[in-house]
Amino acid sequence: MKYKSVFDIIGPVMIGPSSSHTAGAARIGRVARNLFEREPKWVNIHFYGSFAETYKGHGTDVAIIGGILDFDTFDERIKASLEIAEQHGIQVKFHIEEAIPEHPNTAKIHLGDEKGEMELVGISIGGGKIEITELNGFKLKLSGHHPAILVVHNDRFGAIAKVANVLAKYEINIGHMEVSRKEKGKLALMTIEVDQNIEEAILKELEQLDSIEKVTTIVE
Amino acid sequence: MFRNVAELVEMATTRNLPISEIMIEQEMNVTGRTRAEILAQMETNLQVMEQAVERGLNGVVSHSGLTGGDAVLLQEYIKKGQFLSGEIILDAVSKAVATNEVNAAMGMICATPTAGSAGVVPGTLFAVKNKLNPTREQMIAFLFNSGAFGFVVANNASISGAAGGCQAEVGSAAGMAAAAIVEMAGGTPEQSAHAMAITLKNMLGLVCDPVAGLVEVPCVKRNAMGAANAMIAADMALAGIKSRIPCDEVIDSMYRIGQAMPTALKETARGGLAATPTGRRLEAEIFGSEAAANK
Repeated sequence: MKYKSVFDIIGPVMIGPSSSHTAGAARIGRVARNLFEREPKWVNIHFYGSFAETYKGHGTDVAIIGGILDFDTFDERIKASLEIAEQHGIQVKFHIEEAIPEHPNTAKIHLGDEKGEMELVGISIGGGKIEITELNGFKLKLSGHHPAILVVHNDRFGAIAKVANVLAKYEINIGHMEVSRKEKGKLALMTIEVDQNIEEAILKELEQLDSIEKVTTIVE
Repeated sequence: MFRNVAELVEMATTRNLPISEIMIEQEMNVTGRTRAEILAQMETNLQVMEQAVERGLNGVVSHSGLTGGDAVLLQEYIKKGQFLSGEIILDAVSKAVATNEVNAAMGMICATPTAGSAGVVPGTLFAVKNKLNPTREQMIAFLFNSGAFGFVVANNASISGAAGGCQAEVGSAAGMAAAAIVEMAGGTPEQSAHAMAITLKNMLGLVCDPVAGLVEVPCVKRNAMGAANAMIAADMALAGIKSRIPCDEVIDSMYRIGQAMPTALKETARGGLAATPTGRRLEAEIFGSEAAANK
């Protein structure tokens, strides 16, 4: 079941006009911000499908940038997000794509600064609910509604067990987990949805494990 | 966990509980949150809905100028007492319009189930409130009942205009509202299901064709008619009228109709009213002729 909570249906509280094209877009942007862990210096947004056709009318552009500025769906500042981004010196570019996406409301966010960059694909499935379907080329499925840990690791035996052991030690329950890789034996990505926000120290401990390259988190 | 309307009605009927209560229990089980926390969050949503209606009834105008002020016109018309349909229906319509006018003006609303269809559930709730004099708890129960039906639609069909057309948004919202009105008026869970089915049947095939891609024309007036449809269907179900096609099968046919609907009629602003000469002219006026020519 895609929708689990009554508040996916009666909610979210948000700035109009569209739950999928405004609130959902803001949520996709905010997950990107969350994963990047800081304000980017530049942002390229690619809109596909219905997003590409109607983004101006629905305010999808201001909403997604609002999310990248870490605004929630009901934050009135969303309306002025393009101006705020400019004041912050963020370079923003929108690209309208012709390609037919799997889901009609698809956005790709490519953002970065002098220290690094990140690419994320999100879909807005209705009523403000979203899924992140791709991160830096890895396929995944992430709702953004639960705290999550994303672990980039070497695609070798034992890596998952090591991570699971650390989480078990701190009595952290895993609600959903999946592993994705681009090529056998190279880099892979673990996506772990958990029930509570994870402390910084635990993330550091995970990062120091053998075979683990990088650990990022989504907080609730 | 209930997966469809039949299971939902069965659970409520055998345990002699209202549908809203089944939804609250499920939310507690799924999220692990307390009853008090869940009710408090719904109270917050209810307050947002109240504020949006109030703001709309005071008159708002959208940035494009396409919508605004119709909720006020209707309230003034009701006050004159010369209306032909019915006071509660027109009040529901006016409050649904008020909410969507606020939404179109980028004001704060609560999506029910979406922003484009956010007027129907609160519009009907605040209109029947004047007749049924519910407690605050009963008003919150109204939202849990409608949430339960929306939950089934979202999981078995769609609540997205881009995926299923307007029938998935205003159609779902109207069905949810009809079911909740029935519960508040003292009807049975089964009657709620019939009200939802009767409403949704009359919304099947409705396309999503927003002029200039804005959630304004025809969205605001579709919420108006969604509210009216919900009120009539609720009365029909309370009168004992049943839907010959079970609610779950109506929801399934809505899904299949949405799949068969061409993309031009699913929130792309390429067909329907968006593609009329006037729709194109309005689009050109708002975004400049270049944007319209590219379509």
